[in-house]
This record gives sequence, structure tokens and C-alpha cells, in this order.
Amino acid sequence: MIPAIEVRQVHKRFGTLHALYGIDLEINAGEFFALLGPNGAGKTTLINIIAGLALANSGSVRVMGHDVVSGYREARRMLGVVPQELVFDPFFTVRETLVFQSGYFGMKRNNDWIDEIIHHLDLADKADTNMRLLSGGMKRRVLVAQALVHKPQVIVLDEPTAGVDVELRQALWRFIKQLNRNGHTIVLTTHYLEEAEALCNRVAMLKNGSIIVLDSVRNLISNISGLRIRLRLSPDTLPTALQLLTINHDQGSYILAIEGYSQLENVMTALHAAQIQILDMQILQPDLEEVFVKLMHGTENLESASV
Amino acid sequence: MNGFLTLFYKELLRFWKVGLQTVFAPMLSTLLYLLIFSHVLEERVQVYPSVTYTVFLIPGLVIMAMLQNAFANSSSSLIQSTVSGNHIFMLLSPLSYQEIFTAYVLASVVRGLLVGLGICVVTLAFFELPLYSFAWVFAFALMGTALLGALGIIAGIWAEKFEQLAALQNFIILPLTFLSGVFYTISSLPPFWQGLSYMNPFFYMVDGFRYGFFRASDVSPYLSLGILVAWFLAVSWCTLRMLKTGYKIRK
Repeated sequence: MIPAIEVRQVHKRFGTLHALYGIDLEINAGEFFALLGPNGAGKTTLINIIAGLALANSGSVRVMGHDVVSGYREARRMLGVVPQELVFDPFFTVRETLVFQSGYFGMKRNNDWIDEIIHHLDLADKADTNMRLLSGGMKRRVLVAQALVHKPQVIVLDEPTAGVDVELRQALWRFIKQLNRNGHTIVLTTHYLEEAEALCNRVAMLKNGSIIVLDSVRNLISNISGLRIRLRLSPDTLPTALQLLTINHDQGSYILAIEGYSQLENVMTALHAAQIQILDMQILQPDLEEVFVKLMHGTENLESASV
Repeated sequence: MNGFLTLFYKELLRFWKVGLQTVFAPMLSTLLYLLIFSHVLEERVQVYPSVTYTVFLIPGLVIMAMLQNAFANSSSSLIQSTVSGNHIFMLLSPLSYQEIFTAYVLASVVRGLLVGLGICVVTLAFFELPLYSFAWVFAFALMGTALLGALGIIAGIWAEKFEQLAALQNFIILPLTFLSGVFYTISSLPPFWQGLSYMNPFFYMVDGFRYGFFRASDVSPYLSLGILVAWFLAVSWCTLRMLKTGYKIRK
């Protein structure tokens, strides 16, 4: 199957700044994919290159098999982009904005679909209002509508929920999940790691213009960060073998870091051998945020070590 | 509608929605020029035999307004888009750079022609303006507005701030139009200024446009049109290069 997005050895420099350093990335059709990374990691630059808003210094990008430079017309038909900034044309109404955007793509008789997205994004009341007069949240909805107006296969959202209230954020995600179920590939960048964790199949973490991790959310959480278990014991003591694993001990409970479920058995055996009774045990799921912080921090240490 | 026609139509609607400012205001200011200059100079200056100064002035003022508005249209549209960032919607679409170029130039031509036509219609109510050849009039109106429309694209993309665009307009476009023989024929100028005027492309637009009305000009209208076509091709080539390479707009 043709990947939805295929990035090969993309380098981007702005003067002396090497913003993207040989990015390789393949996003499969139908995936819900997140690009994570701190500010300045290169997420938006990468999205801009995929969208044709910026040109790579070297390397290639394909969207549904179409090169974004040599086959830009087809590539752009396949791609809908929701930009990070709240940009709008103050001369026109919501409906005019959508009709023009649809026209740019050469879509004829697209009014039924335009009505449908206006309805889905709760813009019906504002359809004939000038863009200038809309609130920030409403403008954000129009940006999403504009990205969908030509029915693209692949939808890229650059921090779509930055500065958006909880209600709209939830409505937005419901709508986007629906699109994903209908077969659209979704790529998003976000600062809210819990969103990526809740929505995405796979994530790529960018740092200083390189992808430092590319994996499924589940693998990332289980492999990289391991598990935490909270134990209440009687007597309140640990055998020496297990003390190395302790990361916290207070109010009569221990928190141990283990690598995975397989190690759980060793813990039980060690406790049993020392005749310590387990009063209570909880398995704490680490979240993506923990992985993220650990990775960003970890590579920093590596870097400073190599300097 | 295909992509090109949509962009063209959007550009027309953009200026038409603020038509008071983009069409009627330049009409009014041109008519004021005409009123004042003709009142002051009517009895003192005669450029062509049997043509009063006011009537001589009309074609020059008409094309001057057309040129300024053609430039203003593409340049202000583009700078507003690039400053606010909404130009990305056009860049995200499958529109080619040639389509973008043509849509902006044509919208400039239409605004220029509308302003020119409006002034002509109003002045015809008060003055009798001879028309030697509509074809020459139209050819120079078209070439002039198209050239200024293309220059406007360059200016709109190059300028990063409104004041930079205003500087271009006030220090280059405005002097060149005023010094192009709108108010006089250059044969009345001292040799140095005459020589300088021949380097000014606006001179050929005014001279040729006026020829279409009076069948009299400083240089042959064929030569003027040839020079304008050459200018248009050169400026268009630069503009298309800019759009193709994404100068300042695709980073």
C-alpha cells in the first residue's frame, strides 16, 4: 500500500540553522499519527515542507505517492492542512471563504459538502458572518473547515487545540476521530501529550531537527519507560534485592520501577521468599508525558556528554 | 469554476467590496485634478492646435489613474495577505504560479479599466473628447494596467511592511506617473528632461494612450507599444521567477 506520507532524507537550513537534519518518516494510510517535540524542534517546518509552504534543501516528500514538488497539484489535492496561526481573509464571510477555497481546488458544485462541514463544525449560525467578527474558537473551526473543503485523504493539524476551550477541543476531536474512522489519515502536532496518547496509533518525537523516537504509543510506554508498582507491605520493609528498584517510599507504601510485566513475577517471588505479605498492590501506567520528558532529557545528557 | 477563475473572481470581489475606496475615490480625485488644472490653465496653455488644454489633459489623467489603481490592486492585495498570513490558502491549493500571476494581473487590469471608464463617462458629460481609434486606446490601457499589475505583484511580495509599499508608491510610482507627460507633451521640455522622459516607461503609456484620442503624439504609437510589450515581458519574467522560486512566500 502507498504510504500516506513518505519523507526521505529531508534537510532544511535557515541560514546557519540546520532546522531539519535528514528526516525519514513513513506514515501509513489510515493512521492517526502525532508529531511531538518541544518548541523549535522542527515540527512546523516539517509540516510546511509536506504542505509545500516551504521547500526542503534536499530530500523528497510524497503525499499518497505524489511528490510535493514535481507532482504538487496531485499532492495538494490529497492534503488538507490546518495551520497553527489563526489566519483569515478579513474581506469575506465564512461561506465565501469556504467556497473560494473549494474553487481553488477546482471543485465544482461542492455546496452540499460545504453545508455539511459547516453543520458538523457548528458554524451554521455564522456562515454569513464576516471572518473579522468571529471569536478565536470560531476562526479555528473555519480553519478546520477550509482544510476539509476539498475532501483530502490526508489531514494535517498543526497544534489545532492550542488556545481552544475544552468544549471545542472535545468537539474537534470527536469530528477528527470520525474522519479517521472514515479512512482519512490524520497527522497532528500537539503540546498536549494526553491528546496524542488518547488519539494516536503512532508518534514521532522530534528534537533539534531529528526524529529521536518513532513508535506506537503502546510500545513507547511499555518499552521505554517500563511500569511502576505501588505496594503496601507487612512488615513495611523490602528485601535488599528489591531496594534498588525503589523510587519512592512514604506513608507505608513503596513505589518500584520495573521493566515490564515479566519482572513482576520476580518481585512477587522475592517478597514471598522474604516472607513479606502484600497488603495492597497497584500497577501505575506511565504516560506519554513521562516518556517524552525522559527522552528529551536523556538525549540532552547524551549531547552534553559528547561535547 | 476552476482554480484560476476562482482566484480571479476573488480578487475582483475583494476590491469591489470596498469599491468606494478602490474605484470611486480615485475617480473623484482625478475629476478634481481636471477641474482645478483646467480652471487655472485653460486660457494659458494650448498643446495641440484645436484641442483645449482641458481636453488635452483628460486622457493623461485617465491613464494615470488607471496605472496607479492597477498597481495598488495587486500590491495591496498581496501585502495584506502576506502580512496577515492568509496567502497560505492560495499556496496550499493546486494553483500553479502562472495561474496566480495571471489572476492577479487580470484583476489589476479590470480595476484599472473600471476606474478609467468611470472617469471617461463622467467627463464626457461635460467635455467633448475626440476618439481617433478605440483600438489604440484599448491597447495602451491594457498594456499599461497589465504592466503595473505585474509590478504590483513584485512590490506586494517584496514589501514586508505597509510602509515599504507606501514608499515604493510615493517615491517611484507616483513621480514616474507625474513626470510622464500627463500635464504636458515632452517636446516642450528642455533636452535633458526630454532625454530622461524617454527612459520612463510611463511616458510611452501616456503618449500612446493619448494618440488614440487625438492622433497626435511625441513618438510613434507602434514604437510606444513595442517598448511597453518589451517592458511587460521583462517584468513578467521577473515576477514569474519570483513566484516560481517562492521568493519570500515559500520559505
